[in-house]
Amino acid sequence: MKAFTAHTGRVAAMDRANVDTDQIIPKQFLKRIERTGFGEFLFWDWAKLEDGSPHPEFELHHPHAEGASVLLARRNFGCGSSREHAPWALEDYGFRILIAPSFADIFYNNCFKNGMLPIQLSEDHVDELFLRSTKHGPYEITADLENHTVSDAHGFSTKFEVEPFRRHCLMNGLDDIGLTLEHAHKIEAFENARSE
Amino acid sequence: MTTSASHPRTLFEKIWDAHVVHAEEERQTILYIDLHLVHEVTSAQAFEGLRQAGRGVRRPEKTVATADHNVPTSDRSLPIVDAISKQQIDTLRDNCGEFDIQHYDLDDPRQGIVHVIGPELGYTQPGMIIVCGDSHTSTHGAFGALSFGIGTSEVEHVLATQTLLQYKPKTLELRVDGELSAGVTAKDLILYLIGQITTDGGTGYCVEYTGSTIRALTMENRMTVCNMSIEAGARAGMIAPDQTTYDYLRGRPFVPKDLDAAVELWKQLPTDSGANYDKSHTFDASLIAPQVTWGTNPGLVVPVNGVVPTPSDYEDPTEQKTAAGALEYMGLTGGEPISDLKLDRVFIGSCTNARIEDLRAAATVAKGRKVSDHVDAMVVPGSGLVKQQAEEEGLDRIFKEAGFDWREAGCSMCLAMNPDKLSPGERCASTSNRNFEGRQGKGGRTHLVSPATAVAAAIAGHFVDVREWE
Repeated sequence: MKAFTAHTGRVAAMDRANVDTDQIIPKQFLKRIERTGFGEFLFWDWAKLEDGSPHPEFELHHPHAEGASVLLARRNFGCGSSREHAPWALEDYGFRILIAPSFADIFYNNCFKNGMLPIQLSEDHVDELFLRSTKHGPYEITADLENHTVSDAHGFSTKFEVEPFRRHCLMNGLDDIGLTLEHAHKIEAFENARSE
Repeated sequence: MTTSASHPRTLFEKIWDAHVVHAEEERQTILYIDLHLVHEVTSAQAFEGLRQAGRGVRRPEKTVATADHNVPTSDRSLPIVDAISKQQIDTLRDNCGEFDIQHYDLDDPRQGIVHVIGPELGYTQPGMIIVCGDSHTSTHGAFGALSFGIGTSEVEHVLATQTLLQYKPKTLELRVDGELSAGVTAKDLILYLIGQITTDGGTGYCVEYTGSTIRALTMENRMTVCNMSIEAGARAGMIAPDQTTYDYLRGRPFVPKDLDAAVELWKQLPTDSGANYDKSHTFDASLIAPQVTWGTNPGLVVPVNGVVPTPSDYEDPTEQKTAAGALEYMGLTGGEPISDLKLDRVFIGSCTNARIEDLRAAATVAKGRKVSDHVDAMVVPGSGLVKQQAEEEGLDRIFKEAGFDWREAGCSMCLAMNPDKLSPGERCASTSNRNFEGRQGKGGRTHLVSPATAVAAAIAGHFVDVREWE
């Protein structure tokens, strides 16, 4: 898995709450059996007009959002279905960082498995970033996982929280299964104790 | 199975403590998984990952698979038309063969929606930790099992190690006391609760449903309630086991051979008196009316005899914007009575409401009546066994005589990954669990309701309050 320590990137601002994973990647694209190539289907129903051409008013199509690697959204981002295809699509599209006041649990967890950093900031800080994204567009922020900071070139800086072990795995690109199997003897001991 | 501890513990804590393989400060706990349910949509990449890493499945005997999301609900003897669906279904079959996993395939009468077949075959048991690559895994919490949805990377982790890494969630008690009024069902109860605590009210929590109303529910009703825990943001929702649970399990194929001994252990699971939850809310069941969602998340819900809200009913600007967007998508103005909404389609099915009791409730309303001329209505049983039992009871004849389409088991129109879907603009009364934009088909307009409300709507052609309807 790709390691993540710090990233500076352009922000795409999506002023919507409760963005569910059915919007992030609709079900017809879940039929694929490979992990890759989901980026072109990201937010499909919002991104396309009836005739299949790009929707000119979709947030990711705004000129200031071109090449964005940071997605800014409102509360409860990623709610609904557990489909890991949602972070796969975001990551394949080019996003490395997601910023919102809150994320749904399963989605939040899935992001870390794919080298993406979801950052939870207060509603006030998120409001501030939305303002700045329109004022300073195109807008860039820097997220530094080592120092727990989110900042921009115009004086904004704040700290964010992330569980230490998640941070450690993300910074070192560690594979969950490999880590767990370091404790394989404990799994065996648990199973043996059970069967007594 | 449960070790005694010096302090009173909740059901959740007892199950968590009993499954810790390894815990360390500042790290996720490694938890043992008793039952891993698998379906075709979220497993292909996981099995491929195993192959690429040269790993096998650690406990095939604790792994149970079925195809449900993609399967057509029409004649099963015909080949599957959608090539990509077929490939995904075939891939699951091949993977189960390669890794020696029990697979309930399309030609098996026990095939069905994974969260229907697990309990009905007795795989789901109290005190277990159960996972599946599907967020409605919370359903199995109805048995007093810690059950939740996981992503495909975690599916791979469970296949390889029979464990899962988890941070311990907080506990939320949702206590419901009093009697549900006649005509008000478990589905209305959970829709009401989600409306009250909102779609992220449970985020970060494992819910335990308590109270006299919950105790009075049948197992299938409890499954309906726990199924939709995820729609309140809670990845798991549980109901402590009791005699209702043990009676349900008796005689099912995969329960422990010495069930009486198992029951004695399970009786130690319910929350100890004096145990604390991180948060508690209490509700009065008698206040609950039949519910109908109006918007594009399950928390946007009102009583069937109520009106569609307007954005000005909300104070918070983000909520106003959400409401405005939802009204536009759903083709509603705001302020109109729910009973004014005319329906194009009705869907009885899904892991929320496709078990035998749901079908009986639906048939009771449908009997001797006819589906409205402008409505296309279908009933999709949750599994081959449910279908068989419904046909033995003559429910299928009641539905067909009323003008419903009677189908084979599968996820069907809950999420339109198979041929059953809404066309743009169609308004549907659905017994499923999600009303997100496009969920049942691009541009489709979903209203979540109970089976009785759905059938009444099919017949009247618009929403009616089953409590007053003749």
